[in-house]
Amino acid sequence: MNTLSTISAFTYQHKRIADYFPALQQKVYGQPLIYFDNAATTQKPQTVIDAIARYYSTINSNVHRGVHYLSQLATEASEETRRRVARFIHARYAHEIIFTRGTTESINLVAYSYSKAFLKPGDNVVISAMEHHSNIVPWQIACEDHGATLRVIPMNERGELLLDELDHLVDEHTRMLAITWISNSLGTVNPVREIIEKAHQLNIPVLIDAAQAAPHMPIDVQAIDCDFLAFSGHKMYGPTGIGVLYGKEEWLDRMPPYQGGGEMIKSVRFEKTEYNDLPFKFEAGTPHIEGTVCLQAALDFLESLPLADAFAYEQQLLEYATRQVSQIPGLRIIGQAAEKASILSFIIEGTHPYDVGVLLDKMGIAVRTGHHCTQPVMDFFGIPGTVRVSLAVYNTPAEIDRLTSCLDKALSMLK
Amino acid sequence: MSINEIQDELIAEFSMLTDWVDKYEYLIQLGKDLPPIDPQYKTDDHLIKGCQSKVWLHAELKQDGKIYFTADSDAIISKGLVSLVIRILSGHTPEEIAKADLYCIDRIGLKEHLSPTRSNGLVSMIKQMKLYAIAFQSQLKHA
Repeated sequence: MNTLSTISAFTYQHKRIADYFPALQQKVYGQPLIYFDNAATTQKPQTVIDAIARYYSTINSNVHRGVHYLSQLATEASEETRRRVARFIHARYAHEIIFTRGTTESINLVAYSYSKAFLKPGDNVVISAMEHHSNIVPWQIACEDHGATLRVIPMNERGELLLDELDHLVDEHTRMLAITWISNSLGTVNPVREIIEKAHQLNIPVLIDAAQAAPHMPIDVQAIDCDFLAFSGHKMYGPTGIGVLYGKEEWLDRMPPYQGGGEMIKSVRFEKTEYNDLPFKFEAGTPHIEGTVCLQAALDFLESLPLADAFAYEQQLLEYATRQVSQIPGLRIIGQAAEKASILSFIIEGTHPYDVGVLLDKMGIAVRTGHHCTQPVMDFFGIPGTVRVSLAVYNTPAEIDRLTSCLDKALSMLK
Repeated sequence: MSINEIQDELIAEFSMLTDWVDKYEYLIQLGKDLPPIDPQYKTDDHLIKGCQSKVWLHAELKQDGKIYFTADSDAIISKGLVSLVIRILSGHTPEEIAKADLYCIDRIGLKEHLSPTRSNGLVSMIKQMKLYAIAFQSQLKHA
């Protein structure tokens, strides 16, 4: 097998980028850890870990209501992150950035609040055949609550959406199109700009699930003109439990709150409560302050790589990985779209993904196996699941070579 | 042999296998050696919940008052694990199975399969077998 790579590991300030990630320095079962489960969550650079310790060692306090010094610092740090995120995705206003627990909560917020205001009996919501359960179930619930129906854009055997079908699926009763930018189980990059343009011709707002896109491609919400966009901090080198919902001001203003509680109110009387302005209307209760503040450190890290270089490297690595694993007899790549990013899903004839995953784990390689929260995708391909290798900037061609040799070893044990 | 005697036998067998490759190859072999399940029991009703792979389990209380398990899986390691537990528990009375302590799993170096995560079937397999045992126990009491 050809294991010569023309690309070398990504370096940052003359060091291997993996050297900035303490968790990657470990051994598991006596083997150096190779972490290929980045679509589930990425490891954290030392700067993010330090930021978390620094937050609790210095400015820890509750935000917004406090008159005291620390509270003002924590509030300012949180709001600075909001401005920072707005710049990162090129939003017009910082108040179009709502902090949530993650992509799932972001989508649930829209499915609940938007639907409460706009979804009526006889209406429909359009999603795609490759959505994560997080972009299916909230809409199923909303449709059930409001007497609407769910429609699904189909895909082909390569894992590409059949966008011609979109014309038949949308009509004057379509109230929302919710679609993923990058499929978490197939790696397909969907042409969101084109889809949004089509939807907007019929005045249909579009929500983009950017959970997999945010760590791997530049995001400009004004350029693609999406109405909502959701992503998670922990999949882009940041802390867990912090996510982002971007929404256009004109939509967010017309949506009722998602949860009631502190911070989301202007005044509370037993007769009537007056809600706060954006973004606080959608941020009830004490937020995940540490996560919010430290998300900045993750964005600093990503942008300092710089972004464009990291993304180009990841793309080369994906092409290399695809080439290498394709040489394994009986291996079938699930998801062969023309446009792909960071995710390589496969099955191997005569083996179950679970068996392959267990044996790779014993050899120090972390992959994910199963349906990846996309059961309809697995049903479409008629498979129980896949082995998923999902890449990040710290992965290397040498790790891909180790993967292929460990796959050979696993197969020799299983057959 | 009692449940604990079988467990001690397994501990002795696995102690000969020093590295993980040998252990997993043995586990895979146990899976291959598992007698086939009657196809009529390979239905969704017989699936064990909580496994990433499909594991079908059937239990039968025979005239001798003992439970006999048969199983299958679409993943060979899961099949090896279920085969291992069947070897320990099958052919014992409901009472013996219900109160069995499967200490050998840890001792034979398969501890990582005991963590109660959703991808992992071993805990669910053992739980399901014990549930059958408890069900048969109460059936016998009321008979």
